[in-house]
Amino acid sequence: MSAPSLGTVWRASLRRELTLIWRSPADIVQPLFFFVVVVSLFPLALSPKPALLALVAPGAVWVAALLAVMLSLDGLFRRDQESGALDLLLTAPVVSVVPVAAKLLAHWLLTGLPLALIAPLLGYMLQLPVAVLDTLMVSVLLGTPTLTVVGAIGAALTVGLNRGGILLAVLVLPLYVPVLVFGAGVVRTALDGLPTGGLLAVLGAILALAVSLGPVAVALGLRISAGD
Amino acid sequence: MDAPRLTVRQLGCERDHRMLFEYLDFSARNGEIWQVTGANGAGKTTLLRILVGLHGFYQGRVEWSAPLSPSLLYLGHQPGVREELTARENLEYSRALSGQTGDPDAALAALDLYGFEDVPAGRLSAGQQRRIALARLWLDGKDVWILDEPFTAIDQHGVAALDQRLRQAAEQGVLVIYTSHHRVGDGVQRLHLGEDIEVAR
Repeated sequence: MSAPSLGTVWRASLRRELTLIWRSPADIVQPLFFFVVVVSLFPLALSPKPALLALVAPGAVWVAALLAVMLSLDGLFRRDQESGALDLLLTAPVVSVVPVAAKLLAHWLLTGLPLALIAPLLGYMLQLPVAVLDTLMVSVLLGTPTLTVVGAIGAALTVGLNRGGILLAVLVLPLYVPVLVFGAGVVRTALDGLPTGGLLAVLGAILALAVSLGPVAVALGLRISAGD
Repeated sequence: MDAPRLTVRQLGCERDHRMLFEYLDFSARNGEIWQVTGANGAGKTTLLRILVGLHGFYQGRVEWSAPLSPSLLYLGHQPGVREELTARENLEYSRALSGQTGDPDAALAALDLYGFEDVPAGRLSAGQQRRIALARLWLDGKDVWILDEPFTAIDQHGVAALDQRLRQAAEQGVLVIYTSHHRVGDGVQRLHLGEDIEVAR
């Protein structure tokens, strides 16, 4: 009988996922708002001294970005599961990796990418030298897709549970540590005036691993959650 | 006679330390309509989820004579309709995902959703949302239909149209398996889940 081509499924899924997020703007605004608010609280809580702020800035921006991504992922599959659309996806005659990857890409484009775009502004606010801001943006740009994909694995495994939020954090935070260490590390290295190419390459390698294997793990996780 | 499309042997399923059903034996052919009945909690939905491969914890065997997923049209307990999307967007997505063919607008019109194509599904009633999902039955390209409670929230007129559609599809060689509490019509095979499993022709 009829099975669709992967290209058709990819295009239809991407269009659907982008439309879905676009029509619930709260899902786009909330992580961005969280990111900006958390980072802007640091100068108020510590002290406005430029030297001190520049010292904590890489860590502050990165921790806030990490938590913003994680918070955005809790509901990633929930409404699809409650509405039954997830069963549709899992029984479709295409490997579920394709629609899952489209969902992750759409989610990152409308939640992760804005974080990377606004990160230099927040870094500037925390008195980071202008020369370092591009490194900050690139590090967040390379790091957030990994955070999205890895977090989605946790979201897929906890989608059937009622209050999966805490469990998601417990599952996912340990896996976020390498990204956090290298991401904040790159910016600190740039602050010290040292070359950052090596550390950025490590972030890129982690990203390549996450993007290539992550969607498969997410699809398997969804199947496990549906089987119960 | 054709070989059965679906053969179920000694199927049993346990849920929360309770046997939902066991020693279930039946085989179904293309062109047949099967109605699964049983009290609430008898395991109707679970049986359908086992048949489509969503639920993996069972004993016994479920065999499809040909790979199921290219032929399968599955409507679950929830209609699979997202409220943020319009009727047409919902249907076009499920059509693309399952590889069905046919005109989505004509399918929606067949279910009295003409004029509602561009309304977000969240603004429609429960019955109309159900109809968006059911519109897939008016698209082509699938010959095993597994439907969980297709008649729920559908009005009398709609039930008659749906019943007619199921029969028409069966005549064209579609195997239809659905759960429902509605009366059993003529020419429908019945599978009753409960204390004693009953397979009636």
